[in-house]
Amino acid sequence: MRFGVVRFPGSCDEVDALLACRRFADAELLWHGDRDLGGVDVVVIPGGFSYGDYLRVGAIARFSPVMDAVSEFALAGGPVLGICNGFQVLCEAGLLPGALLPNAGRRFVFRQVEVEVVNADTPFTRSCTAGDVLSIPVKHGAGRYYAPEESLRELDAHGQIILRYRDGHNPNGSAREIAGVCNSDKNVMGLMPHPEHAVDPLTGPAGGACLFDSLVAHVGQLVAAA
Amino acid sequence: MSASTASRHRELGLTDSEYDLICQKLEREPNGLELAVFSLMWSEHCAYKHSKKLLSRLPTEGPHLLMGPGENAGAVDVGDGLAIAFKVESHNHPSAVEPFQGAATGVGGILRDVFAVGARPIAVLDSLRFGELSSPRSRYLLDGAVAGIGHYGNSIGVPTVGGEVYFEGPYEQNCLVNAMCLGIARKERLIRSAAAGVGNLLVLMGARTGRDGIGGASVLASAELGEDDASKRPSVQIGDPFEEKKLLECCLELLERDTLRSLQDLGAAGLSSSSSEMASKGEVGLDIDVSKVPLREEGMEAFEIMVSESQERMLCVIEPQKLAELEEVCERWEVRATPIGEVTGSRRLRVLEGDEVVGDMPVEALVDDCPLYDLEPRAPESQIYPAPERMLFSEDPAEQLLALLASPNLSSRRPLFEQYDPLVGSRTVRRPQEADAAVLQLSHDGGQGAIAVSIDGNGRRVACDPYWGTVEAVLECAANLACVGAEPLGLTNCLNFGNPEKPHVAWQLERSVAGMADALEALGVPVVGGNVSLYNESGGGPIYPTPVVGMVGKLEDPAKAAPAGFQREGDTIGFCGEFMPHLPGSELAKLQGEELPTELPGRDLAKVRAAHDAVREAVGAGELSSAHDVAEGGLLVTIAESCLAGDIGATVDPWPGEDPALWLFGECPGGGFLVSGTREAIDRLAERTPLAVFGTVGGSSLRARDPADLDVALADLREANGSLHAAFG
Repeated sequence: MRFGVVRFPGSCDEVDALLACRRFADAELLWHGDRDLGGVDVVVIPGGFSYGDYLRVGAIARFSPVMDAVSEFALAGGPVLGICNGFQVLCEAGLLPGALLPNAGRRFVFRQVEVEVVNADTPFTRSCTAGDVLSIPVKHGAGRYYAPEESLRELDAHGQIILRYRDGHNPNGSAREIAGVCNSDKNVMGLMPHPEHAVDPLTGPAGGACLFDSLVAHVGQLVAAA
Repeated sequence: MSASTASRHRELGLTDSEYDLICQKLEREPNGLELAVFSLMWSEHCAYKHSKKLLSRLPTEGPHLLMGPGENAGAVDVGDGLAIAFKVESHNHPSAVEPFQGAATGVGGILRDVFAVGARPIAVLDSLRFGELSSPRSRYLLDGAVAGIGHYGNSIGVPTVGGEVYFEGPYEQNCLVNAMCLGIARKERLIRSAAAGVGNLLVLMGARTGRDGIGGASVLASAELGEDDASKRPSVQIGDPFEEKKLLECCLELLERDTLRSLQDLGAAGLSSSSSEMASKGEVGLDIDVSKVPLREEGMEAFEIMVSESQERMLCVIEPQKLAELEEVCERWEVRATPIGEVTGSRRLRVLEGDEVVGDMPVEALVDDCPLYDLEPRAPESQIYPAPERMLFSEDPAEQLLALLASPNLSSRRPLFEQYDPLVGSRTVRRPQEADAAVLQLSHDGGQGAIAVSIDGNGRRVACDPYWGTVEAVLECAANLACVGAEPLGLTNCLNFGNPEKPHVAWQLERSVAGMADALEALGVPVVGGNVSLYNESGGGPIYPTPVVGMVGKLEDPAKAAPAGFQREGDTIGFCGEFMPHLPGSELAKLQGEELPTELPGRDLAKVRAAHDAVREAVGAGELSSAHDVAEGGLLVTIAESCLAGDIGATVDPWPGEDPALWLFGECPGGGFLVSGTREAIDRLAERTPLAVFGTVGGSSLRARDPADLDVALADLREANGSLHAAFG
C-alpha cells in the first residue's frame, strides 16, 4: 500500500503529508512535471501555494502534467485526497464540485478547529463513525467553500458532505459549515483542515489519523477483493 | 573636487573626508558608478562604522559554536551531526514607509541569509514595535506588517513559531520590524560565502533585476526618517515568496549535490555588497559584466544594476565544469541562472558593460577601509523620554489586573498568531503562546530531542536603564528557554537605536552592549551574529533603545517541555527564582502615566543563572506541570496568564510579600518563575532555588486573599485579555 504525494512548485506541506502517510503505509513524492503516478494506490494533493497561487488559488496547478494523470486515476476510481491547496486544485480541475473563496474575514487564519464526520461511508472516513468529532488545524487564506444553493442541496442529499465545522468553529464562512466534500463517486475528497498536521500526539491532537487509517483500510479491502 | 561631485557624495551620505579617502584609495576621483557603490559599502548598514568597535565586546566563543559573526548567519551544534543556523535582522525603515512589503521582504531577506549558509529554514520569529495602539498610523502599520510577515512566511512554507510586539509612543514614526530565522543543516553541509578559485564562474540566480530598492541601504537604512517618506517608496523592495520558494529548493539541492563553491544572498546594496564581500572573504577579485544581468526593465544604467535591491536573488561561485549541472537543476526548479562574471586574482571589483570597464575598485577599500568612528557617549542629565499618558486611575487590584491584561503590551497575541502558519514542517511541538518558548523537534531531521527558541527585548526598560534593561532582555530570553527545559546555546541580536552621532544615543548603545556582554558571559552564551539598525529617529526624537535578542537552546525530550498554562486541578503553585519586584518602569507604572526612572535595580547574575538551571532541570526531568517566567505586568498578571493558557482557575494564599502593589505588579524580568506541579515536585524544586509555595490550581476564577482580596472569573480575564482583536477590525 503506497501513497503518492504530488509536489508542485510552491507546495509547502508535501513533506508533512509524506511524513504523515508514512505513519500508516509507504509513501513517495510525485513530481508535477511527470505524467506517471508510479503505481501508487492513493494520491494526495498537499497544501501550500502551488505556483504562488497567482491568478487564483489552484488555478495554475491544474494545468501541470501530473494533473492529467491524477484525473485519469480518479476517473478510474482511484482515491484522491486534496488538502487545503490540494482541495482548491481539485475544484479548479473539476474533480470536485464548488470553489474555495477568500475567507470571510479577509485574512489568513490558523486555528485548531473541530469538525464533525457527516458521512462515514466513504473511503476517507470508513474508520470513523458518523457524528465523530475530530480536532484538526486549519491554515489558509481562501477556504470559504462555495457552491450554488442547488448543488449544495444535492451534495447534502447524496452524502457528499463528509466533514462539517462544528458550531462556532467555521473559520472562514464556508457555506453550510462545509469543511470537506467528495465527488459523486466518493473517491475524490477535498478538505480545508490539515489532517497531516493531526497525526502525531506530540505536536497536537491527532484527529486526522482516522482519515489515513480509512484510506489504508479501503485499499486493503480493494486488494483483498482483487 | 568638482562642485557636482561634491554635492553628489553628500547626497549619497558620504562626508567630505570620506570622499577624500575614497579618492586616495582609488588614486583618482570615482566615477558615478564607483561613487554609488562606495556610498553603499561605506554606509552604516554595510560598514557598521559607528558600531563595529563596540560589538567586539560581545563574547563570540562557546563550546557549541560552529559559525560565528561575519557569515550570512551564525550556527550552533545541536548534536547528531546537525547544525542550527540563525540570525535576526531589521527591516525597520522600509516597514515604516510601506509596512506590508517592508515586513514581507524583511522575512524574505532573513530566510535568504539562512539558506545562504546551506541550512533549510525551519522557523521564523518576529519582533515588532509600533506607536500606541490608539494611533491610526500604528494600527495601519501593525495591520500591514503582520499581513506582510504572514504573506511571505505562509506562502514559502516556513512556520512562524513565535514573536513579540510592544506599543510605545517613541515608535510612532519609526516602527521596528525585526525578523529572525532558524535553519537546519547537516554540519558538513554548512557553506561559507568566500569566493574561491581564480577562473571560477560567478552565477546570479533567481529573479531579474529591476529598479526597486535602489539605494535602500543608504537612503532608508542609514538616515533618519523625514516628512517626505512617501517619496522614498520606490526604495522599498517588492517581495515574491513563490520566486524565493523555488530559489530556496534549488539552492538546497545544489548544495546537496556539492555543485557550489560558495553562496551569498543579495540583500542590502544588492550586487555591490554581495560581490565585494564574497571577494573580500576569499581574498580574490571579481569581474562582473552588468550587460549579462537579466533585467526587469529596459534602459537600466550600470550603476542601477549594481545597487538594485531587487529581491529573491542569490550569487554563487562554481567551477566552470559544473555549469551544466547547475543549469540542469535550475531548469528543473524553474529558476533563472546566468553567469555574470568570474573570479580573478586581482583583488579588485571590476564592473564591465560588455567590453567596457565602467568601474574598477580595490575590494579591500570597499569592504575594510571605511573609517570606523569612535562614539562620543554622554549620559543625559535627566530622562529624555516623556512620561506616557495616564490611562489607569483605579487603585483596586482587580481593576488594575484587568486593565493590565487588556493593555496592548500584555493582551493576548492570538490575533497576530492566527495570521501565521506555525505548523508547516511538522517540527512544531509547542505552538505560539502554549509555552514560553517555541519548541521544534529534530526527529524528522535525524536528530534527537528538540530545539527551543525565544525572542525578547523590552525597549522601555532599556530606555530606563540601557545597561540593566539589556541584561533583563537576555535573562528573560534565557528564562523562556528554561521554562521548556532548554539549555541556551547561542544568541543573535539586532540593535535598534537612534542616531549614534548623538551623544545620548551613543551612551545608550555603549551601555546596552556592555549589559549584553556581561549577561552573556554570566550565562556562558556566545553571540553567533546579528545586525545593527541605527538612525531610528524622526522629528519626534529617537526610539526607545531596543536591543532585540533571539536565543536558541537544546532540550532532550520535547514531550517534557512545560506549557505556560496550569494543567491539573489540585496542583501546587510555586513561585521561585531570584525576584526582587520593582514598580518604576513597570507596565503598571506606564498605565499610571509615571515618569520613566533613570535606573533599574541591579541583579546578581550568578544567582539568576542558578535559578534558571534549577527550573530547567526540573522541567527536563518532567517534574513540573507548567512553568512560566514572571515578566511584564508582574506576578499577578503571570498567574492570570497561566490560568488563561490552561483554562483553569487558581487560588493564591498566602502571598509571598507584604506591600500589595509591589508584589502584585512589581517587575523583575528574567528572574522569577511561576511553576505548578505535585506538592512533592514543588518541594524538590525548593531545595534547589528560593521558592514560595503559595497556591493551588483549580476552579474557574483567579482568587487571592492576602494582600489583595480578589476573585475574578476566568471569563472576565479572557475578555480583558482579548482586547487586541479590535485592532484588526
